Amino acid sequence: MGIPLRQHPKWRELRLTWRLLRANPTAMAGLVILVAMGAMALAAGWLAPYDPLRLSLAERLQPPGAAHWFGTDEMGRDILTRVMYGARISLRIGFVVILIAGGIGSVLGAVAGFYGGRVDNLIMRVMDVILSFPSLVLAMALAAAMGPSLNNAILAVAFVMIPKFARMVRGEALAVKELPFIAAARVSGARNRWIIAHHILPNCLNSVIVLGTLTLGDTILIAASLSFIGLGAQPPTPEWGAMISVGRKFLMDQWWYATFPGLFILTTVTGFNILGDALRDILDPRIRR
Amino acid sequence: MTPVIQTRDLVKRFHVPGGFLGRHPRRLTAVDHVSLAVRRGETLGLVGESGSGKSTVGNCILRLLAADAGQVLYNGQDILPLKETDFRRLRGRLQVVFQDPQSSLDPRMTVATIVGYPLRLQQGVKGTALEARVLAALADVGLQAEHLHRYPHEFSGGQRQRIGIARALITGPDFIVFDEPTSALDVSVQAQILNLIAGLQRAQGYTYLFISHDLAVVRHISTQIAVMYLGSLVETAPKEAFFRHPYHPYTRALIAAVPRPDPTRRQNLAVLPGDVPSPLQIPSGCRFHTRCPEVMAVCPKVAPPHVEMGPEHWVDCHLYG
Repeated sequence: MGIPLRQHPKWRELRLTWRLLRANPTAMAGLVILVAMGAMALAAGWLAPYDPLRLSLAERLQPPGAAHWFGTDEMGRDILTRVMYGARISLRIGFVVILIAGGIGSVLGAVAGFYGGRVDNLIMRVMDVILSFPSLVLAMALAAAMGPSLNNAILAVAFVMIPKFARMVRGEALAVKELPFIAAARVSGARNRWIIAHHILPNCLNSVIVLGTLTLGDTILIAASLSFIGLGAQPPTPEWGAMISVGRKFLMDQWWYATFPGLFILTTVTGFNILGDALRDILDPRIRR
Repeated sequence: MTPVIQTRDLVKRFHVPGGFLGRHPRRLTAVDHVSLAVRRGETLGLVGESGSGKSTVGNCILRLLAADAGQVLYNGQDILPLKETDFRRLRGRLQVVFQDPQSSLDPRMTVATIVGYPLRLQQGVKGTALEARVLAALADVGLQAEHLHRYPHEFSGGQRQRIGIARALITGPDFIVFDEPTSALDVSVQAQILNLIAGLQRAQGYTYLFISHDLAVVRHISTQIAVMYLGSLVETAPKEAFFRHPYHPYTRALIAAVPRPDPTRRQNLAVLPGDVPSPLQIPSGCRFHTRCPEVMAVCPKVAPPHVEMGPEHWVDCHLYG
């Protein structure tokens, strides 16, 4: 319906979120970290001083200095450059995994919670089986079974993350489906599938966003761990986990090799965690209004 | 004339988990053989204490709950055996307004979407045609075009209830259930909403089932009144007869308990002894005998007779049998 964008209801909600976000220093810190990481990933092609794959054996394993701020690795590649390109890979893994796991998990959870009974039991027992394995171990097994590659690692991590979303959304769906507006929709002639898609899922969206942000940190960590043991990104791809994996051999004498990729993992994961934590408060309708 | 909505011996039971690990679920009869009729253009006020099953009756009529036995006749046709797909065609003809205006509106939808919902889902009305109908419905309940693109949380309780009423009326339904529509509102707003509901009926000839625990509210809006106690009807009557000459001891106690705004007269509230028994253990015979001021020897033993005391005035009580 023809209304100007500035008065569009969704736009007003977004502006409220932004106001609350700005008023929250921790949230802003998380956001700034992540925006910086994102900008770095996007602009790696222009910002990075070197080519991430260019070998220069003459400059191998140089300590941090004016020419190479973060030093070089055993092939003479610039670590700063590789860390910047690595942000692309890690963030992409994080977002793709959350999109897959959040999407599938939310739908499964909403269906389970809404229909209840046998459907609920079937879905949630499968989720329990997945949850009964430590997520890293299961992701390792899956990635190993599918063969070591970045895409397989993404699929493996997404798979182990599904139950987190399914469980949470199921709980929310159980509460939402009892609310009178669901009965009102039914009286108006809405079918079950319509109700799930138009009422249950949208009302779980805030929690999914919060859980997604919090899980993104874990995801990056697990993906890096997979790469670390050789099941994710393959060398010479500049993935943070893979870099640490090689760098650990040099940890005693060339501390900078594994340290800088590690610091970036730490910063990114922390950024997502504090932003997610703050979003939980900001998106809470009881605090909003 | 066939009533718009009629129930015949409607029964609804719930299973309450009980016993070790839920092995011995208990049966709770929320609605026990309730027969009601609402004629076109009239309002049946359904009164009872909380837990008396009055809302359950409304939900069974709307098929929000599946009745266990009995019939619900809509224009003479039993709608309970209909398959969900066939019944969906009738959805929108039977509408509802809930008690809590906050939770009966989806917080993530704008007023335009909420109010237009039944039309969109039932008749596939879209775009400007839908917007025009929504605006007309909002105007009917006293809201303006500027409210169209706001969210429910931007409104007061009374305004939200107006939105809920607009949604219920937009299809021009044959029958509307009002499930305690004013009890969540401030007293000052209650009267406005009641007058709105009554005014819409006068203008459009709507048919209402008005569920409430408040006799004063029901008196204001109803043409017929039915009283429920622990899942079954104890007295039904036209409004005037109901207040002029209540027969059932429970009805009399309810009417006596309505406070009168008369400071010169000391209130002498006839309060019933004891609490409502648990619906899990409904007393034998007449279910009111545990609290009845006029209890007789027969009451705990035999179910009370269904006696006609006047035109359309029925009472279930041994006193008159």
